[in-house]
Amino acid sequence: MIGNEGPGPRTVVRFAGDSGDGIQVLGGEFAKAVAMEHHDLLTLPDFPAEIRAPAGSTFGVSAFQIQFGGDGVLTPGDEADVLFAFNPAALKTNLDTLKRGGVIVVDTDAFSPRNLKRAGYAVNPLEDGSLSEYRLMSMAITHLTAEAVAPTGVGRKQAGRAKNFWSLGLSLWLFGGDRAPTIQWIESKFSSMPDVVASNVAALNAGHAYGETMELDAGDAALGVNAELHHGVFRTITGTDAMGLGLAAVAALSGLKLTYSSYPITPASALLHFLASLKGRGIVTFQAEDEVAAITAAIGTSYAGGLGVTASAGPGLSLKTEALGLAVAVELPLLVIDVQRAGPSTGMPTKPEQADLNLALYGRHGEAPLPVLAPATPSECFRIMIEAARIATTYMTPVIVLSDAYIANAAEPWELPDTDALPPIAPAFRSDPAGFEPFTRDPETLARPWAKPGTPALAHRIGGLERADGSGNISYDPENHQRMTDLRAEKIARVAEQGLEHEIDSGATSGDLLVIGWGSTYGAIEDAVSGLTRAGFSVGHLHLRQIWPLPANLGAILARFGNVAVAEMNRGQLARLIRSEFLVDARSITQTSGQPFKVGTIEAALRDLLDGLPRPRSQIG
Amino acid sequence: MNQVIKLTPKDFETDQEVRWCPGCGDYAILKSMRKTLSEVGRNPDDVVVVSGIGCAARLPYYLETYGFHSIHGRAPSLATGIKLANPELDVWVVGGDGDFLAIGGNHLTHILRRNVDVNLILFNNAVYGLTKGQFSPTSIPGTRSPSTPDGSVDPPVNPATLALGGNGSFVARTADTLQDHLPEVLLRAHAFVGAAFVEVLQNCIVYNDNAFGDLTSKRHRAENTVIVRHGEPMLFGADNDRGLIYEPVRGEFRVTGNASEASLHDETNWALAAALARVNDPDLPTPLGVFYCAPREDFVSAREDLIPYTPLSPGDLKDLLYTDSWRA
Repeated sequence: MIGNEGPGPRTVVRFAGDSGDGIQVLGGEFAKAVAMEHHDLLTLPDFPAEIRAPAGSTFGVSAFQIQFGGDGVLTPGDEADVLFAFNPAALKTNLDTLKRGGVIVVDTDAFSPRNLKRAGYAVNPLEDGSLSEYRLMSMAITHLTAEAVAPTGVGRKQAGRAKNFWSLGLSLWLFGGDRAPTIQWIESKFSSMPDVVASNVAALNAGHAYGETMELDAGDAALGVNAELHHGVFRTITGTDAMGLGLAAVAALSGLKLTYSSYPITPASALLHFLASLKGRGIVTFQAEDEVAAITAAIGTSYAGGLGVTASAGPGLSLKTEALGLAVAVELPLLVIDVQRAGPSTGMPTKPEQADLNLALYGRHGEAPLPVLAPATPSECFRIMIEAARIATTYMTPVIVLSDAYIANAAEPWELPDTDALPPIAPAFRSDPAGFEPFTRDPETLARPWAKPGTPALAHRIGGLERADGSGNISYDPENHQRMTDLRAEKIARVAEQGLEHEIDSGATSGDLLVIGWGSTYGAIEDAVSGLTRAGFSVGHLHLRQIWPLPANLGAILARFGNVAVAEMNRGQLARLIRSEFLVDARSITQTSGQPFKVGTIEAALRDLLDGLPRPRSQIG
Repeated sequence: MNQVIKLTPKDFETDQEVRWCPGCGDYAILKSMRKTLSEVGRNPDDVVVVSGIGCAARLPYYLETYGFHSIHGRAPSLATGIKLANPELDVWVVGGDGDFLAIGGNHLTHILRRNVDVNLILFNNAVYGLTKGQFSPTSIPGTRSPSTPDGSVDPPVNPATLALGGNGSFVARTADTLQDHLPEVLLRAHAFVGAAFVEVLQNCIVYNDNAFGDLTSKRHRAENTVIVRHGEPMLFGADNDRGLIYEPVRGEFRVTGNASEASLHDETNWALAAALARVNDPDLPTPLGVFYCAPREDFVSAREDLIPYTPLSPGDLKDLLYTDSWRA
């Protein structure tokens, strides 16, 4: 064993209840309080597509998981140390996420015969000894909340709604956390409803007091270990909000008027909501009549000298593909975000998957190459959007950014960048009529000029019919089509020359096994590789942020390792790309369950691979 | 951007060879558009002509303005994006009946209800030309075509009725060969702030020749059409000696031989406009002209009034980022 230190103590807490119980608010506020205590953390909401499924049903259970503790928390955790189950259905559907010996907190009031039956329990699991492997903390949360809020005079309905704040108060007692930020949040959120503020704050305080009075403790789970976060300014951020702020940064850095044009679809709509909340600052939002209108309006925006942005999930990206081909053909900048969800067809709209990679890479008729980027973490969405805009405007090309339902919804602390140090984006609009032709090219980038309508003496026509190299006039000339096809491919290939730098993210920089990932699998692969490295294996992790064109030095990195594995939430789409581009025997580790990889799953798969190797190669250099 | 400059139709010719079939009605529409553009006084550099796919959609290549020949049916949404980026541009959207009413029917209704400030020119020849003669959404039932050798069954859509039903605020109809009336309607459409929808009955000489011959030929025109103008009596006939009387209860018309009895056209009356648009009676002349014109705030202006776009400064960005932040 090599004596690397493992990660510091960490705690995983999972809240589960009816989708109307306010589980996501409870989780979000808990995460904020935990972050303020200087813990590193990562959260994962896990909710159904149904807005208000029948109360007590198993398919209506909404959950929120958070891992927190010392530095380097990269996943929401494989297993929960503590599970809050607010009704029998939540217990039933979430018990397998709890580790043996873990703590279960239940609201006994919700374990009524009716709810037990709805959840499919013949006998009350709180009474039949079936939970003996766990530490059960039973309390009448509904009654205790009602008593706590009674002095504020609110009705039964509001008293019921305050249960999540009572539970938050208890959680802050169990794990240590300040109630003040939550109280502030309640006061501002419900500022027009003083009785709601009073009842929620009363519930919060009562939950905290209950834990204190009953001297409850979460045992080993209540660690209270602080992260060694270095000095800096942080905020807790989801992938959706980081992406929205990234687009705001693009507007500020480029001076371009951004139009975000989209059609409502889970899980991409949250980005539309975030950008709409900016109220016209830097970005115009447009809710189009369908996915095709959304992308074509975005293309129109870029044509007219703004920057068009559109987003969707897989079903929407499928609809946008013809227009993407148009953007490739007329060579206009465009940002297209795909917040991937489990497919095919409607699939599982709230669950993550990475199975749209082939669609992003190849989903257009004709030879229509375009760059594809993928953020690895929620906070990374910020810089990836800036990079996408830089590529789009530098090379006059649409760019696809692949996020997923996990990155979009997960939250983590983010050390805020120095806005003065962000790279400028300098769109070069053509204004000089001398020698102007719409399809002449920059010798370095091969980009065509961006000549926006309204510019004197540059009137010209563009379109989807093949354009003559230079003049852009309609051309059926065979040699011209060959040349234009080659030029479009070469232009995208050149993106790699100035593209994102890639090096080993962690572990061995050369040796037996290179594990390649992309997108939201980052944390799980990091932790798996870190575990294997501590166990003495020669394993490195490389995470691709730029999937097309592949990083210029990828071949050199691959050559430093004896074996290559690719872990991804599909059936091996990146693995096939790596195989076809480099003729290496890349092994595939895949999962399409609608859930993020567990660290243990990847680690076990990698161990199997490593065990199957003839014998460990000695490290090179 | 709004300076008036002296231009002639010739200033709008490009160096591209026009590739429509000889005798196609599109030539006449192109001619009228060049004439209109030379008269409206906008700088050609501020004019954008957007199209989808089809014979009509080739038009941008033949106009010396900015032009975008896009994909089938989507020109209205592309134009919406252009206006969102730069509301100052003078945007024209051209397309055929397949483009506007079949594959792009959705976008047409939405640009109309939003009232985006563009001019939508429908070249209605009631047939698919570029794909070689299939029946279209405006073809009359019984149309024999390569895809309907025994005649089509589908009842047609009436473009002007659809536009009115879609909450269009400017709806007009004219025809390709009416070189006096077509530019008049185009000028009206251009002057209208909002989505101006103009249906142009257009002859396809190859696949649907003479489909509107009874309306547009010199011989029949006076008898078979009535040109309506706001505030004027609805008269027709070689000597304008007959007129239409509007029966508002049923939304129908009857012919009178006494011109002084004819009803006056009121283009702000939606019910009258709808009645005119749907006239389909061998005993009545087919109405042409501006059926409906009811100005209301255009989409981009209404948005700007509610949520004005403001560029984001680096300072604003910093404020935005550092919301809800804490120092470790």
